[in-house]
Amino acid sequence: MEMKPLTRVMLGLVCLLVAIWLVAPTLVVVPMSFNENKSLAFPPQGFSWQWYENFVTNPDWSNSFLNSLKVASIVAVVATVLGTLAAFGLDRMKARPANLLRMLMLTPMVVPGVVLAIGIYAVYLDTRLVGTLLGFVLAHTILALPFVLIAVSANLEVFDKRLETAAASLGANALTTFRTVTLPLIAPGVMSGLLFAFATSFDEIVVSLFITNPYLKTLPVQIFASITRDADPTVAAVGTILLCATTLLIGGGMLLLGRERKGAS
Amino acid sequence: MNPKAQNRGAAIDLEQVSKAYGAFKALDGVSLRIEPGEFMTLLGPSGSGKTTTLNVIAGFTDVTSGKLLVGEKSVVGVPAHKRNIGVVFQHYALFPHMTVDRNVAYPLRLRGVTGAERERRVRHALDMVKMADFGHRYPSELSGGQQQRVALARAIVFDPPLLLMDEPLGALDKKLREWLQLEIKRIHRELGTTFVYVTHDQEEALVLSDRIAVFNRGAIEQIGTGRELYDEPATLFVGKFVGDSTVLRGPAATSGGETAIEISGQKVATAKRLANGGKPVMLLRPEKLALARPGAGNDGRNRLTGRIGEAIYLGSGSKYEVDLADGSKAIVRSTLEAQSFAIGDEVDLLFAGSDVKLLADDDKADLTLT
Amino acid sequence: MSASEPTIPAAERRRAWRPFALALPALVLLLAVIGYPLLTIVVRSLSEPQWGLQNYVWFFSVPINLAVLQRTFVISAWVTLVCVVCAYPYAYLMTAVGPRVRLLLLLCVLIPFWVSGVVRTLSWVILLQDSGVINSILRSLGFGGVRLIRTQTGVVIGMAQVLLPFMILPLYSVMKGIDLKLVQAARSLGARPSRAFLTVYLPLSLPGVYAGAVIVFILALGFYITPALLGGPRSTMLSTLVQTQVLSLLQWGRGGAMGVVLLVTTFVLLALAAPVMRSRHRQAGRP
Repeated sequence: MEMKPLTRVMLGLVCLLVAIWLVAPTLVVVPMSFNENKSLAFPPQGFSWQWYENFVTNPDWSNSFLNSLKVASIVAVVATVLGTLAAFGLDRMKARPANLLRMLMLTPMVVPGVVLAIGIYAVYLDTRLVGTLLGFVLAHTILALPFVLIAVSANLEVFDKRLETAAASLGANALTTFRTVTLPLIAPGVMSGLLFAFATSFDEIVVSLFITNPYLKTLPVQIFASITRDADPTVAAVGTILLCATTLLIGGGMLLLGRERKGAS
Repeated sequence: MNPKAQNRGAAIDLEQVSKAYGAFKALDGVSLRIEPGEFMTLLGPSGSGKTTTLNVIAGFTDVTSGKLLVGEKSVVGVPAHKRNIGVVFQHYALFPHMTVDRNVAYPLRLRGVTGAERERRVRHALDMVKMADFGHRYPSELSGGQQQRVALARAIVFDPPLLLMDEPLGALDKKLREWLQLEIKRIHRELGTTFVYVTHDQEEALVLSDRIAVFNRGAIEQIGTGRELYDEPATLFVGKFVGDSTVLRGPAATSGGETAIEISGQKVATAKRLANGGKPVMLLRPEKLALARPGAGNDGRNRLTGRIGEAIYLGSGSKYEVDLADGSKAIVRSTLEAQSFAIGDEVDLLFAGSDVKLLADDDKADLTLT
Repeated sequence: MSASEPTIPAAERRRAWRPFALALPALVLLLAVIGYPLLTIVVRSLSEPQWGLQNYVWFFSVPINLAVLQRTFVISAWVTLVCVVCAYPYAYLMTAVGPRVRLLLLLCVLIPFWVSGVVRTLSWVILLQDSGVINSILRSLGFGGVRLIRTQTGVVIGMAQVLLPFMILPLYSVMKGIDLKLVQAARSLGARPSRAFLTVYLPLSLPGVYAGAVIVFILALGFYITPALLGGPRSTMLSTLVQTQVLSLLQWGRGGAMGVVLLVTTFVLLALAAPVMRSRHRQAGRP
């Protein structure tokens, strides 16, 4: 579509503002994390590493970080296995039951977080799962499952099922076919499902706020508590660390992917 | 397992095999014996049951009823991966995440063949399809014809006693197809394995096969060599599907063991008699028809009058479409250089009664020809 | 080997059940960790302190509850509107630029996902507070400060930023599929650019707007963290009320009833939107 130069400039300007609006909040924690004062007021004063030190040495912070890491790792594996199996099953079902089950399995995405949270909290109180690793893993797995399902299903949709027929004709049973043909070809979907599941769990806050207790806190719960309690720049330090970690992870992943593709050709 | 014995190829017996999808019968009582080492082509239009038959033999589709024996043993209920049958698919079905070498080695890995032996057999199979230099390529880096040759190598590398091919050349252009047809014929000769080949292309079937089974509407119309199908079609469908043909209809009268048919008021002698009654129809092959200027002698042959509707120069001769008085069309092939006709010319159509094939009329024969 | 014919139907039936077996573990977990808890909430809303509809009667008869319910809808509507207005030109630009700039624009949409949601809300606190970035910029430009934190405006700004990607991505995927030749055709038939846009491009892009708006609105209804941290007493949303009833007042019946209202509202909206969305998609798919 051709545009008048003025329209073009206006459009560019609006989009620039939207882009800043999207990205700026992500970056604003970086300068705050080096604040000398225990304050989140802008602009930050001076320069210091003390909040990073606090993150590493203060058990409130380091333990919650390790807890989150532990929970998210287990959730990533469990959700990916269950989600991949389910996606595979739905893919092989007749359209009607498959669509029904798919809708059912995607409900965790649309159920309002607090409603789910009080429900799970009620059940956990009865079953003594509040503040337990199992409790966190179960709740987070169910929240992560839809993402795995979507990622793997998208890959299965473009997967050529005739390759499985071919594998069978060459002597492979169902399991071998899955291991040697299907799984390698849907691996990108499984991998992104794994990442999504990890991120979902690592980031989950609403349900976690309800099922947490002083003995088992995850990082988002600790951050939330810190924000509501006082203006502690340690939060900004944590945000900066997370930002750097994800950037490194994603950047590294892209680099690896690019190299692999080059190697293949 | 003795590979030598295996290489002679397995016989296949289908006895009254049926496959129903709800009310629709994809196969309706198909019986077929394929001899060891034979090149059998299943020929027919799409939806005729030829691919279903192949899938039944391969084990991709379960039969609803009937017997199926491969190498004199029943394989009903045996899953595809335990049948040890090579299959070549129309869309190659090469594993995109494996190199050519690994694709071809795949069935050997599954059979526990390792090391130098596996290497040797992969080399041998790739040599056979002339793809030995492409071992380290990925399928996406090969042309369609190259991919299909790799697929063929993968299907024969484990020495299956039976090789099934489902329109393997369907996605390739004409020149490549013709060359690969000859390659497949050569490989069949070298291996001695039983080949079952599915195609809808009757020319391809004639080039490749020892025998051809013509399928229509889930059943076999006729089984025979290419020559038998062409010269002695058992049904109108076979006559029309294999080779060009002229079909003429009219009221019939039988006297003295010979059936005569009236075409636009002219009695045509056929020197034949329709065996099992029914409404007869005449079928004539293009090379059995001759054209003449009106009024020329007919040497005791049958004569019908018509007008040239289409004239096609073929290089080695000409092909004419003649519009007859009753509205039907005759197809005539003439190799006589001296004789040439133009569109609109009035002509006489001449043919001997002994060259007429008399078949039972079948209105379904037209509907399925698409 | 004498495998006889009658064994097949059994084998076929077994194979037909295999997909269900694969989906079963996920399904069981789903029922246990979502289905059962939601059922518990429904039951509690009807049975505490005694069986009856008293909690629902209470919810719909107390003015504060109704005010919060109304506010929840108003804030969600504002957030949706802001998202549509901002996402439309952005998604359009993504279809109009070269691959490099498009990647950059896409990156800007995805970056917010890189960082913990709670940290992002903290960022908004830093930006919006009275001594925050926005106010210090305004002051240095010579304007007076504005109150943003603990106001509805602040909540809307923060929520819209979180939800914007859910608007941009479906919109972009629809716009990507619009055949620009149709716009050229309208131009060749004599339409001015603005008219060609309004009569051809805009109607074709509506399915994306619709899909994005439904997602954003529904997600906004259930927001909890952002309103809790950025809002004040006068911008409380339904989720916060539910939390207060359950955690602070231990009123499981009342909190449950509120939760059920929120849940039912969400699913009714989804059910209403689904058929319309499907038919819109079919329209867009038609050549």
